[in-house]
Amino acid sequence: MASLQTLQVEVNGQAQVRSVAPRQHLVDFIRNELGLKGSHLGCEHGVCGACTVEVNGRIVRGCLTLAVQAQGGKVRTIEGLSADGDVRDLQDAFVRNNALQCGFCTPGMVMAAKELLEAKPDATREEVREWMSGNYCRCTGYQAIIDAICETLAERAKNSSSRPSEKVSV
Amino acid sequence: MKSAAFDYVKPAAMAELFELLQSHGDDARILAGGQTLLATLNMRLSEPKLVIDITGLQELRGIHQVGDRLFIGALTTHTEIENSALVSQHAPMLTMAAPHIAHRAIRNSGTWGGSIAYGDPAAEWPCCLCAMDGHVHLQSPNGSRKISATDFFIDLYTTALAPDEVVVGADVPLASQADWFAFDELARRHGDYAVAGLAVAASFTGKVAQRVNLAFLGIGTIPWRARRTEALLVGKTLDLATVEIAVASLKAELDPLPDLTHSPETKRHLATVLARRLLSAAHANRSAIAV
Repeated sequence: MASLQTLQVEVNGQAQVRSVAPRQHLVDFIRNELGLKGSHLGCEHGVCGACTVEVNGRIVRGCLTLAVQAQGGKVRTIEGLSADGDVRDLQDAFVRNNALQCGFCTPGMVMAAKELLEAKPDATREEVREWMSGNYCRCTGYQAIIDAICETLAERAKNSSSRPSEKVSV
Repeated sequence: MKSAAFDYVKPAAMAELFELLQSHGDDARILAGGQTLLATLNMRLSEPKLVIDITGLQELRGIHQVGDRLFIGALTTHTEIENSALVSQHAPMLTMAAPHIAHRAIRNSGTWGGSIAYGDPAAEWPCCLCAMDGHVHLQSPNGSRKISATDFFIDLYTTALAPDEVVVGADVPLASQADWFAFDELARRHGDYAVAGLAVAASFTGKVAQRVNLAFLGIGTIPWRARRTEALLVGKTLDLATVEIAVASLKAELDPLPDLTHSPETKRHLATVLARRLLSAAHANRSAIAV
């Protein structure tokens, strides 16, 4: 029988100390040990993207990450991201564009899009499509999802370019 | 789709890693980025008794220029390579290939060394290494050695890595003004395993090709260097007629293995589509510079 490991990890800003089996992947830990059910499990072999969470500032496949690999690190899930308000605009754009039907893929979509908004603020629609290709939506709402992300990119670009001129006028 | 039970250990030094490999042999598997290993564990295609997490070994990280080569440590992630200014300056083929590797969330975890050690014939890094005449650096308790990439990949998921050895990194020659690189692949969905892919490492004097290395992924059991076609292109200008000669030669030279959805004929056709595209792009690029 494999021996348990003591896992110390910060999840959505809260320190957690738990005993975990090495074979437990990060999303089973988040869902079953911490009770945070926003991160979903679709395929459990890295294809669908429903389990996307952030570890130490970067998105990962939660099903292809062992919980013990997050030792000493910081994890953020859709619950933490929503509470922080970092993607309020993106979430609003999802609602406006009907970019979700059943909603199963949505947490993964939002997590993946969050890193795109940060890493490629001037991404073209084609680049958005490529970036989001790692996330499946089985209601096939892709057009609306891409629309929502592109809209958020455009809004953020407008807001950041209007800020300097506002300062000048002040 | 849950992994079988295993023990987990995260060594803090290379010596500790070698001891673990020696004492556990084939019961142990090395975890780097885990983007292949975790999937195979979840599907129970692999049931090791011990998983050795090597991500604590700082000496396996980093990208450095060493003489006339660029060395990339085994634990460098695909995203780190994609974003590296050193890589785009000295090994632009890798910058072109990186976005084709799976998806961002996977590139944030998956590693250079893991991809090389696994030796998947549809993977990007082994193919790039073979095209660029890269070297794989290996270390064991008995010392270090360097092996050319074209000798390292032996057969399907089979490499020259000995049981007591680990991949510590790989290097490629620094790009010069005379060099031209390209990478492209055809996949059903962006980031999926490619049906066929091509890495080109070429050098020119004016418009005349001095070498045109062609390495295909997704075709054979290892990256496929099309050496007969390469030889035809040396000393030539890659004009339309020459490109068609290369395409005809590739049709005879490539003997693709089918996958679940693509016949050898489809793969052979797609390989020539890529060759036509990239060789024409090379010619256009060199013609623009020569003018």
